[in-house]
Amino acid sequence: MEDTTVKSNFKSEEYFINMGPQHPATHGVLRLLLTIDGEIIKKVEPDLGYIHRSIEKMCERDSYQQIVHLTDRMDYLSANINNEAVCLCVEKALEMEIPERVKVIRTIIGELTRISSHCLWWGVMGMDVGALTTFFYGFRDRELLNDIFEETCGARLTMNYNVPGGLMFDIHPNFVSRVKEFITHFKTKIPEYDRLLTDNVIFHKRTKGVGVLSREDAISFGASGPVGRGSGYSCDVRKYHPYSALSQVDFNEAIRTEGDTFARYSVRIQEMWESLSIVEQLIDNIPEGDFRIPTKAVIKLPKGEYFQRVETARGELGVYIISTGTKSPYRLKFRSPGFSNLSLLNHIAVGGKIGDLVATMATLDLVIPDIDR
Amino acid sequence: MMNNEALKELINSWFPELEFWEEGSEFLNIEVAPDQLFALMRRLKEDEQSSFDYLYCLSGVDWGETLGVIYHLESTNHRHSVVVRVQTKDRDQPTLDSVSSIWYTADFHEREVFDFFGITFSNHPNLKRLFLTEEWEGFPLRKDYVDEINMIIK
Repeated sequence: MEDTTVKSNFKSEEYFINMGPQHPATHGVLRLLLTIDGEIIKKVEPDLGYIHRSIEKMCERDSYQQIVHLTDRMDYLSANINNEAVCLCVEKALEMEIPERVKVIRTIIGELTRISSHCLWWGVMGMDVGALTTFFYGFRDRELLNDIFEETCGARLTMNYNVPGGLMFDIHPNFVSRVKEFITHFKTKIPEYDRLLTDNVIFHKRTKGVGVLSREDAISFGASGPVGRGSGYSCDVRKYHPYSALSQVDFNEAIRTEGDTFARYSVRIQEMWESLSIVEQLIDNIPEGDFRIPTKAVIKLPKGEYFQRVETARGELGVYIISTGTKSPYRLKFRSPGFSNLSLLNHIAVGGKIGDLVATMATLDLVIPDIDR
Repeated sequence: MMNNEALKELINSWFPELEFWEEGSEFLNIEVAPDQLFALMRRLKEDEQSSFDYLYCLSGVDWGETLGVIYHLESTNHRHSVVVRVQTKDRDQPTLDSVSSIWYTADFHEREVFDFFGITFSNHPNLKRLFLTEEWEGFPLRKDYVDEINMIIK
Protein backbone atom coordinates (compact mmCIF):
# COMPACT_ATOMS: atom_id res chain seq x y z
CA MET A 1 0.00 0.00 0.00
CA GLU A 2 1.27 3.44 -0.89
CA ASP A 3 2.15 5.67 1.99
CA THR A 4 0.04 8.76 1.62
CA THR A 5 0.75 10.59 4.83
CA VAL A 6 1.56 14.27 4.47
CA LYS A 7 4.90 13.83 6.13
CA SER A 8 6.39 11.68 3.38
CA ASN A 9 5.68 14.31 0.75
CA PHE A 10 8.07 16.75 2.39
CA LYS A 11 11.60 15.46 2.26
CA SER A 12 14.37 17.41 3.86
CA GLU A 13 17.18 17.98 1.44
CA GLU A 14 20.76 19.08 1.89
CA TYR A 15 22.07 21.86 -0.29
CA PHE A 16 25.07 24.13 -0.70
CA ILE A 17 25.11 27.80 -0.02
CA ASN A 18 27.93 30.32 -0.29
CA MET A 19 28.65 32.56 2.65
CA GLY A 20 31.09 35.16 1.44
CA PRO A 21 33.51 36.21 0.11
CA GLN A 22 31.44 39.41 0.33
CA HIS A 23 29.38 38.56 3.38
CA PRO A 24 29.46 41.23 6.13
CA ALA A 25 29.82 38.65 8.92
CA THR A 26 32.98 37.12 7.47
CA HIS A 27 34.82 40.43 8.09
CA GLY A 28 36.85 40.25 4.94
CA VAL A 29 37.25 38.06 1.92
CA LEU A 30 36.59 34.67 3.47
CA ARG A 31 34.28 32.29 1.64
CA LEU A 32 32.51 29.57 3.56
CA LEU A 33 30.88 26.72 1.66
CA LEU A 34 27.95 25.72 3.82
CA THR A 35 26.12 22.44 3.49
CA ILE A 36 22.77 22.99 5.14
CA ASP A 37 19.59 21.12 5.75
CA GLY A 38 16.96 23.80 6.14
CA GLU A 39 18.52 26.07 8.71
CA ILE A 40 20.77 23.42 10.28
CA ILE A 41 24.44 23.41 9.35
CA LYS A 42 25.83 20.04 8.24
CA LYS A 43 29.29 21.15 7.14
CA VAL A 44 31.38 24.32 6.93
CA GLU A 45 34.25 24.35 4.50
CA PRO A 46 36.36 27.51 4.33
CA ASP A 47 37.70 28.53 0.93
CA LEU A 48 40.82 30.62 1.40
CA GLY A 49 43.33 32.52 -0.65
CA TYR A 50 41.39 35.57 -1.84
CA ILE A 51 44.05 37.91 -0.50
CA HIS A 52 47.02 35.58 -0.23
CA ARG A 53 50.18 37.59 -0.94
CA SER A 54 52.73 34.89 -0.14
CA ILE A 55 54.46 36.96 2.49
CA GLU A 56 56.61 33.94 3.42
CA LYS A 57 58.02 33.80 -0.13
CA MET A 58 58.62 37.55 -0.19
CA CYS A 59 60.54 37.27 3.07
CA GLU A 60 63.01 34.91 1.41
CA ARG A 61 64.32 37.77 -0.75
CA ASP A 62 63.93 40.66 1.73
CA SER A 63 66.26 42.00 4.38
CA TYR A 64 65.28 41.63 8.02
CA GLN A 65 64.40 45.32 8.32
CA GLN A 66 62.03 44.96 5.37
CA ILE A 67 60.35 41.86 6.78
CA VAL A 68 59.13 43.87 9.79
CA HIS A 69 57.07 46.02 7.42
CA LEU A 70 55.34 43.02 5.90
CA THR A 71 54.16 41.65 9.23
CA ASP A 72 51.71 44.39 10.08
CA ARG A 73 49.88 43.55 6.87
CA MET A 74 49.04 40.15 8.34
CA ASP A 75 46.94 40.72 11.43
CA TYR A 76 46.58 44.48 10.97
CA LEU A 77 44.76 44.87 14.29
CA SER A 78 47.78 43.51 16.17
CA ALA A 79 50.26 45.33 13.94
CA ASN A 80 52.62 46.40 16.67
CA ILE A 81 52.75 42.96 18.30
CA ASN A 82 53.55 41.34 14.94
CA ASN A 83 56.38 43.82 14.37
CA GLU A 84 57.66 43.11 17.84
CA ALA A 85 57.68 39.35 17.19
CA VAL A 86 60.02 39.62 14.20
CA CYS A 87 62.26 42.11 15.99
CA LEU A 88 62.47 39.86 19.06
CA CYS A 89 63.38 36.90 16.87
CA VAL A 90 66.13 38.83 15.07
CA GLU A 91 67.43 40.23 18.36
CA LYS A 92 67.45 36.74 19.89
CA ALA A 93 69.49 35.46 16.96
CA LEU A 94 71.98 38.33 17.22
CA GLU A 95 72.09 37.95 21.04
CA MET A 96 71.47 41.67 21.47
CA GLU A 97 70.89 43.22 24.90
CA ILE A 98 67.85 45.45 24.48
CA PRO A 99 67.53 48.55 26.74
CA GLU A 100 64.90 48.38 29.49
CA ARG A 101 63.27 51.52 28.11
CA VAL A 102 62.55 49.76 24.81
CA LYS A 103 61.13 46.70 26.54
CA VAL A 104 58.72 48.76 28.64
CA ILE A 105 57.55 50.92 25.73
CA ARG A 106 57.03 47.84 23.56
CA THR A 107 54.92 46.20 26.24
CA ILE A 108 52.81 49.33 26.82
CA ILE A 109 52.10 49.78 23.12
CA GLY A 110 51.51 46.04 22.74
CA GLU A 111 48.83 46.08 25.44
CA LEU A 112 47.25 49.26 24.05
CA THR A 113 47.14 47.49 20.68
CA ARG A 114 45.35 44.57 22.33
CA ILE A 115 42.76 46.93 23.86
CA SER A 116 42.29 48.66 20.53
CA SER A 117 41.82 45.33 18.76
CA HIS A 118 39.35 44.11 21.39
CA CYS A 119 37.40 47.41 21.09
CA LEU A 120 36.95 46.82 17.39
CA TRP A 121 36.08 43.17 17.99
CA TRP A 122 33.51 44.13 20.62
CA GLY A 123 31.92 46.63 18.24
CA VAL A 124 31.54 44.19 15.36
CA MET A 125 30.59 41.33 17.66
CA GLY A 126 27.57 43.31 18.79
CA MET A 127 26.77 44.29 15.25
CA ASP A 128 26.93 40.68 14.05
CA VAL A 129 24.25 39.68 16.54
CA GLY A 130 22.12 42.71 15.76
CA ALA A 131 23.17 45.46 18.18
CA LEU A 132 24.32 48.33 15.98
CA THR A 133 25.11 50.75 18.81
CA THR A 134 28.11 48.72 19.99
CA PHE A 135 29.84 49.41 16.70
CA PHE A 136 29.86 53.15 17.38
CA TYR A 137 30.88 52.75 21.02
CA GLY A 138 33.79 50.45 20.13
CA PHE A 139 35.06 52.69 17.37
CA ARG A 140 34.72 55.80 19.54
CA ASP A 141 37.13 54.43 22.15
CA ARG A 142 39.47 52.85 19.65
CA GLU A 143 39.86 56.23 17.96
CA LEU A 144 41.53 57.64 21.08
CA LEU A 145 44.16 54.91 20.92
CA ASN A 146 44.72 55.42 17.21
CA ASP A 147 45.34 59.10 17.94
CA ILE A 148 47.99 58.16 20.51
CA PHE A 149 49.63 55.78 18.03
CA GLU A 150 49.57 58.45 15.34
CA GLU A 151 51.28 60.95 17.61
CA THR A 152 53.88 58.34 18.60
CA CYS A 153 54.90 57.00 15.22
CA GLY A 154 52.88 58.72 12.50
CA ALA A 155 50.68 55.78 11.62
CA ARG A 156 47.31 54.75 12.96
CA LEU A 157 47.13 51.13 11.86
CA THR A 158 50.26 49.73 10.21
CA MET A 159 52.61 51.16 12.78
CA ASN A 160 56.12 49.92 11.93
CA TYR A 161 57.26 51.37 15.23
CA ASN A 162 59.62 48.51 16.06
CA VAL A 163 62.93 47.94 14.34
CA PRO A 164 65.52 45.27 15.09
CA GLY A 165 67.46 46.80 17.99
CA GLY A 166 64.70 48.94 19.46
CA LEU A 167 62.21 51.53 18.30
CA MET A 168 62.06 53.77 15.26
CA PHE A 169 61.71 56.96 17.39
CA ASP A 170 61.46 57.82 21.05
CA ILE A 171 57.98 58.33 22.50
CA HIS A 172 56.27 61.70 22.07
CA PRO A 173 56.46 64.05 25.11
CA ASN A 174 52.65 63.84 25.40
CA PHE A 175 52.61 60.05 25.38
CA VAL A 176 52.49 59.37 29.13
CA SER A 177 49.82 61.94 29.91
CA ARG A 178 47.62 60.90 26.99
CA VAL A 179 47.82 57.22 27.90
CA LYS A 180 46.86 58.07 31.48
CA GLU A 181 43.90 60.08 30.21
CA PHE A 182 42.86 57.10 28.16
CA ILE A 183 43.08 54.73 31.12
CA THR A 184 40.84 57.00 33.21
CA HIS A 185 38.41 57.32 30.32
CA PHE A 186 38.33 53.64 29.41
CA LYS A 187 37.76 52.47 32.98
CA THR A 188 34.37 54.15 32.84
CA LYS A 189 33.64 52.64 29.42
CA ILE A 190 34.05 48.90 30.02
CA PRO A 191 31.18 48.94 32.58
CA GLU A 192 29.19 50.72 29.90
CA TYR A 193 29.98 47.87 27.49
CA ASP A 194 28.75 45.44 30.13
CA ARG A 195 25.51 47.35 30.65
CA LEU A 196 24.86 47.53 26.92
CA LEU A 197 25.77 44.03 25.78
CA THR A 198 27.24 41.68 28.40
CA ASP A 199 24.19 41.79 30.65
CA ASN A 200 21.67 41.82 27.82
CA VAL A 201 19.23 38.89 27.93
CA ILE A 202 18.85 38.68 24.15
CA PHE A 203 22.62 38.56 23.84
CA HIS A 204 22.81 35.74 26.38
CA LYS A 205 20.28 33.74 24.38
CA ARG A 206 22.31 34.21 21.24
CA THR A 207 25.63 33.20 22.79
CA LYS A 208 25.28 30.88 25.79
CA GLY A 209 25.67 27.22 24.88
CA VAL A 210 26.42 28.12 21.26
CA GLY A 211 29.55 26.87 19.49
CA VAL A 212 30.89 24.81 22.37
CA LEU A 213 34.54 23.78 22.18
CA SER A 214 36.00 21.33 24.69
CA ARG A 215 39.41 21.81 26.23
CA GLU A 216 40.88 18.67 24.59
CA ASP A 217 39.67 19.73 21.16
CA ALA A 218 40.95 23.27 21.69
CA ILE A 219 44.46 21.91 22.29
CA SER A 220 44.26 19.43 19.44
CA PHE A 221 43.10 22.12 17.00
CA GLY A 222 45.94 24.37 18.12
CA ALA A 223 43.53 27.00 19.41
CA SER A 224 45.19 29.87 21.20
CA GLY A 225 44.37 33.26 22.65
CA PRO A 226 40.83 33.95 23.89
CA VAL A 227 39.49 31.00 21.86
CA GLY A 228 41.63 28.54 23.81
CA ARG A 229 41.16 30.32 27.13
CA GLY A 230 37.37 30.36 26.72
CA SER A 231 37.59 26.56 26.83
CA GLY A 232 39.53 26.48 30.07
CA TYR A 233 42.86 25.94 28.33
CA SER A 234 45.59 28.02 29.90
CA CYS A 235 47.63 29.09 26.90
CA ASP A 236 48.74 32.69 27.43
CA VAL A 237 52.19 33.07 25.86
CA ARG A 238 52.67 36.16 28.03
CA LYS A 239 52.55 33.88 31.08
CA TYR A 240 54.45 30.84 29.82
CA HIS A 241 57.06 32.49 27.59
CA PRO A 242 57.20 36.12 28.75
CA TYR A 243 58.93 38.58 26.45
CA SER A 244 59.86 42.28 26.65
CA ALA A 245 58.74 43.67 30.04
CA LEU A 246 55.95 41.17 30.65
CA SER A 247 57.92 39.30 33.30
CA GLN A 248 57.97 42.48 35.42
CA VAL A 249 54.23 42.97 35.60
CA ASP A 250 51.53 41.27 37.58
CA PHE A 251 48.39 40.22 35.75
CA ASN A 252 45.85 37.42 35.70
CA GLU A 253 45.26 35.15 32.79
CA ALA A 254 41.57 35.42 31.85
CA ILE A 255 40.12 31.92 31.73
CA ARG A 256 36.56 30.62 31.42
CA THR A 257 35.65 26.96 31.37
CA GLU A 258 32.30 26.88 29.55
CA GLY A 259 33.86 26.82 26.07
CA ASP A 260 30.89 28.50 24.42
CA THR A 261 30.57 31.77 22.55
CA PHE A 262 29.74 33.71 25.72
CA ALA A 263 32.86 32.35 27.45
CA ARG A 264 35.10 33.56 24.63
CA TYR A 265 33.32 36.90 24.79
CA SER A 266 33.85 37.19 28.55
CA VAL A 267 37.54 36.32 28.24
CA ARG A 268 38.10 39.27 25.90
CA ILE A 269 36.23 41.68 28.19
CA GLN A 270 38.35 40.47 31.11
CA GLU A 271 41.50 40.85 29.00
CA MET A 272 40.76 44.53 28.45
CA TRP A 273 40.84 45.04 32.24
CA GLU A 274 44.07 43.06 32.52
CA SER A 275 45.73 45.02 29.71
CA LEU A 276 44.72 48.28 31.38
CA SER A 277 46.31 47.02 34.59
CA ILE A 278 49.56 46.12 32.78
CA VAL A 279 49.76 49.55 31.19
CA GLU A 280 49.00 51.22 34.53
CA GLN A 281 51.85 49.34 36.21
CA LEU A 282 54.36 50.43 33.60
CA ILE A 283 53.33 53.89 32.47
CA ASP A 284 54.87 55.74 35.44
CA ASN A 285 58.04 53.68 35.39
CA ILE A 286 59.41 54.02 31.88
CA PRO A 287 63.17 53.85 32.47
CA GLU A 288 65.50 56.44 30.99
CA GLY A 289 67.91 55.31 28.32
CA ASP A 290 68.38 54.67 24.63
CA PHE A 291 65.39 53.91 22.49
CA ARG A 292 67.47 51.98 20.00
CA ILE A 293 70.73 50.10 19.71
CA PRO A 294 72.30 50.66 16.32
CA THR A 295 72.57 47.57 14.15
CA LYS A 296 74.56 47.07 10.99
CA ALA A 297 72.87 48.35 7.85
CA VAL A 298 72.82 44.79 6.52
CA ILE A 299 71.74 42.33 9.19
CA LYS A 300 73.01 38.78 8.72
CA LEU A 301 71.78 36.21 11.22
CA PRO A 302 74.16 33.42 12.22
CA LYS A 303 73.42 30.02 10.71
CA GLY A 304 70.70 28.31 12.72
CA GLU A 305 67.02 28.15 13.55
CA TYR A 306 65.17 30.68 15.68
CA PHE A 307 61.66 30.62 17.05
CA GLN A 308 59.82 33.45 18.78
CA ARG A 309 56.35 33.16 20.25
CA VAL A 310 54.20 36.15 21.18
CA GLU A 311 50.60 36.65 22.23
CA THR A 312 48.73 38.84 19.76
CA ALA A 313 45.13 39.94 20.32
CA ARG A 314 44.05 36.76 18.49
CA GLY A 315 46.38 34.24 20.07
CA GLU A 316 49.79 32.77 19.56
CA LEU A 317 51.91 34.11 16.73
CA GLY A 318 55.06 32.14 16.01
CA VAL A 319 57.94 33.45 13.93
CA TYR A 320 60.22 30.67 12.74
CA ILE A 321 63.39 31.71 10.94
CA ILE A 322 65.82 29.30 9.31
CA SER A 323 68.99 31.20 8.50
CA THR A 324 71.96 30.08 6.45
CA GLY A 325 73.98 33.17 7.40
CA THR A 326 72.90 35.43 4.55
CA LYS A 327 71.04 38.76 4.61
CA SER A 328 67.65 37.08 4.08
CA PRO A 329 66.11 34.09 5.81
CA TYR A 330 66.36 30.76 3.99
CA ARG A 331 62.83 30.02 5.15
CA LEU A 332 60.50 32.03 7.30
CA LYS A 333 57.26 30.62 8.63
CA PHE A 334 54.56 32.60 10.39
CA ARG A 335 52.42 30.43 12.63
CA SER A 336 49.36 32.62 12.67
CA PRO A 337 46.67 32.32 15.36
CA GLY A 338 43.77 32.92 12.99
CA PHE A 339 44.69 30.01 10.74
CA SER A 340 44.47 27.46 13.54
CA ASN A 341 41.41 29.10 15.07
CA LEU A 342 39.58 28.97 11.73
CA SER A 343 40.32 25.26 11.35
CA LEU A 344 38.05 24.44 14.29
CA LEU A 345 35.04 26.36 12.93
CA ASN A 346 33.56 23.31 11.21
CA HIS A 347 33.90 21.30 14.41
CA ILE A 348 31.91 23.74 16.58
CA ALA A 349 29.39 25.05 14.02
CA VAL A 350 27.95 21.74 12.80
CA GLY A 351 24.49 21.09 14.19
CA GLY A 352 23.82 24.76 14.89
CA LYS A 353 21.88 27.29 12.86
CA ILE A 354 23.24 29.86 10.44
CA GLY A 355 22.60 32.62 12.97
CA ASP A 356 24.66 30.70 15.52
CA LEU A 357 27.47 30.39 13.00
CA VAL A 358 27.60 34.18 12.73
CA ALA A 359 27.78 34.55 16.52
CA THR A 360 30.42 31.82 16.77
CA MET A 361 32.56 33.34 14.04
CA ALA A 362 32.39 36.71 15.76
CA THR A 363 34.07 35.28 18.86
CA LEU A 364 36.76 33.51 16.84
CA ASP A 365 37.70 37.09 15.90
CA LEU A 366 39.08 36.22 12.49
CA VAL A 367 41.24 38.66 10.56
CA ILE A 368 41.50 37.29 7.05
CA PRO A 369 44.95 38.64 6.05
CA ASP A 370 46.25 36.83 9.14
CA ILE A 371 44.88 33.56 7.76
CA ASP A 372 45.89 34.15 4.15
CA ARG A 373 49.24 35.80 4.82
CA MET B 1 58.94 19.28 32.93
CA MET B 2 61.77 17.21 31.45
CA ASN B 3 64.97 18.80 30.30
CA ASN B 4 66.42 18.11 26.86
CA GLU B 5 68.79 15.44 28.17
CA ALA B 6 65.99 13.45 29.84
CA LEU B 7 63.76 13.81 26.80
CA LYS B 8 66.53 12.56 24.57
CA GLU B 9 67.07 9.53 26.76
CA LEU B 10 63.36 8.73 26.86
CA ILE B 11 62.82 9.03 23.10
CA ASN B 12 66.02 7.15 22.39
CA SER B 13 64.73 4.22 24.44
CA TRP B 14 61.70 3.95 22.13
CA PHE B 15 63.42 4.54 18.79
CA PRO B 16 67.17 3.92 18.96
CA GLU B 17 67.99 4.99 15.38
CA LEU B 18 67.03 8.65 15.63
CA GLU B 19 69.45 11.52 15.27
CA PHE B 20 69.44 14.23 17.97
CA TRP B 21 71.05 17.66 18.06
CA GLU B 22 70.78 20.96 19.90
CA GLU B 23 73.30 23.16 18.09
CA GLY B 24 71.91 26.23 16.34
CA SER B 25 68.53 25.90 17.99
CA GLU B 26 66.93 26.52 21.38
CA PHE B 27 65.08 23.17 21.31
CA LEU B 28 65.96 19.51 21.21
CA ASN B 29 65.83 18.50 17.54
CA ILE B 30 65.05 15.03 16.26
CA GLU B 31 65.52 13.74 12.74
CA VAL B 32 63.23 10.85 11.86
CA ALA B 33 62.94 8.71 8.74
CA PRO B 34 59.59 8.94 6.88
CA ASP B 35 58.66 5.32 7.66
CA GLN B 36 59.04 5.88 11.41
CA LEU B 37 57.35 9.29 11.48
CA PHE B 38 53.82 8.26 12.37
CA ALA B 39 54.85 5.78 15.05
CA LEU B 40 57.14 8.33 16.69
CA MET B 41 54.56 11.10 16.59
CA ARG B 42 51.85 8.92 18.09
CA ARG B 43 54.17 7.84 20.86
CA LEU B 44 55.20 11.43 21.59
CA LYS B 45 51.57 12.45 21.96
CA GLU B 46 50.25 9.43 23.83
CA ASP B 47 53.03 8.57 26.23
CA GLU B 48 52.33 10.14 29.62
CA GLN B 49 55.92 11.14 30.24
CA SER B 50 56.26 13.13 27.03
CA SER B 51 52.57 13.98 26.42
CA PHE B 52 53.16 16.38 23.51
CA ASP B 53 49.54 17.34 22.97
CA TYR B 54 50.06 20.75 21.34
CA LEU B 55 51.42 20.95 17.78
CA TYR B 56 52.06 24.68 17.63
CA CYS B 57 53.86 24.92 14.34
CA LEU B 58 54.07 22.77 11.24
CA SER B 59 56.33 24.13 8.50
CA GLY B 60 57.24 22.77 5.11
CA VAL B 61 60.84 23.35 4.04
CA ASP B 62 62.67 22.92 0.75
CA TRP B 63 66.32 22.09 1.48
CA GLY B 64 67.27 21.86 -2.20
CA GLU B 65 68.13 18.16 -2.34
CA THR B 66 65.24 17.18 -0.13
CA LEU B 67 61.77 18.32 0.85
CA GLY B 68 60.47 17.97 4.34
CA VAL B 69 58.41 19.11 7.26
CA ILE B 70 59.34 20.48 10.68
CA TYR B 71 56.99 19.91 13.60
CA HIS B 72 57.18 22.05 16.76
CA LEU B 73 55.60 20.23 19.69
CA GLU B 74 54.84 21.31 23.23
CA SER B 75 53.27 19.56 26.18
CA THR B 76 50.56 21.57 27.92
CA ASN B 77 50.97 19.44 31.05
CA HIS B 78 54.74 19.42 31.36
CA ARG B 79 55.60 22.54 29.31
CA HIS B 80 58.55 21.00 27.52
CA SER B 81 59.16 21.27 23.80
CA VAL B 82 60.71 19.27 21.04
CA VAL B 83 61.24 19.75 17.30
CA VAL B 84 60.85 16.86 14.88
CA ARG B 85 62.26 16.99 11.37
CA VAL B 86 61.44 14.63 8.53
CA GLN B 87 62.62 14.79 4.94
CA THR B 88 62.28 12.88 1.71
CA LYS B 89 64.64 12.78 -1.27
CA ASP B 90 61.86 12.18 -3.76
CA ARG B 91 61.11 15.60 -5.27
CA ASP B 92 58.77 14.32 -7.98
CA GLN B 93 56.33 12.51 -5.74
CA PRO B 94 57.22 13.34 -2.14
CA THR B 95 54.96 11.48 0.26
CA LEU B 96 54.83 11.54 4.05
CA ASP B 97 52.38 10.18 6.58
CA SER B 98 49.71 12.56 7.78
CA VAL B 99 49.58 13.30 11.51
CA SER B 100 46.11 14.85 11.30
CA SER B 101 44.62 11.90 13.18
CA ILE B 102 46.93 12.69 16.11
CA TRP B 103 46.52 16.49 16.13
CA TYR B 104 43.46 17.96 14.38
CA THR B 105 45.36 21.17 13.63
CA ALA B 106 47.60 19.24 11.22
CA ASP B 107 44.64 18.96 8.83
CA PHE B 108 44.86 22.59 7.66
CA HIS B 109 48.61 22.91 8.11
CA GLU B 110 49.30 19.84 5.96
CA ARG B 111 46.99 21.18 3.28
CA GLU B 112 49.01 24.38 3.30
CA VAL B 113 52.25 22.42 2.91
CA PHE B 114 50.69 20.36 0.10
CA ASP B 115 49.61 23.57 -1.60
CA PHE B 116 52.99 25.31 -1.48
CA PHE B 117 55.50 22.43 -1.47
CA GLY B 118 53.64 19.62 -3.22
CA ILE B 119 54.21 17.12 -0.43
CA THR B 120 51.45 14.50 -0.40
CA PHE B 121 50.27 13.34 3.01
CA SER B 122 48.95 9.81 3.00
CA ASN B 123 45.82 9.12 5.08
CA HIS B 124 44.91 12.80 5.10
CA PRO B 125 41.10 13.17 5.20
CA ASN B 126 40.78 16.00 2.67
CA LEU B 127 44.03 16.67 0.85
CA LYS B 128 43.52 19.38 -1.77
CA ARG B 129 44.76 22.87 -2.50
CA LEU B 130 43.91 25.31 0.27
CA PHE B 131 44.92 28.77 -0.91
CA LEU B 132 45.61 28.32 -4.62
CA THR B 133 43.16 27.18 -7.28
CA GLU B 134 42.97 23.53 -8.35
CA GLU B 135 44.45 24.29 -11.79
CA TRP B 136 47.52 26.10 -10.43
CA GLU B 137 50.76 24.66 -11.81
CA GLY B 138 53.77 24.14 -9.59
CA PHE B 139 54.41 24.73 -5.90
CA PRO B 140 55.38 28.35 -5.13
CA LEU B 141 57.41 27.94 -1.96
CA ARG B 142 59.81 25.46 -3.55
CA LYS B 143 63.18 27.02 -4.25
CA ASP B 144 63.11 26.06 -7.94
CA TYR B 145 59.68 27.59 -8.60
CA VAL B 146 59.70 30.10 -11.46
CA ASP B 147 57.04 32.67 -12.21
CA GLU B 148 58.49 35.36 -14.46
CA ILE B 149 55.38 37.52 -14.40
CA ASN B 150 54.41 37.70 -10.75
CA MET B 151 57.69 37.28 -8.89
CA ILE B 152 60.05 40.19 -8.38
CA ILE B 153 63.57 38.96 -7.72
CA LYS B 154 66.30 41.46 -6.97
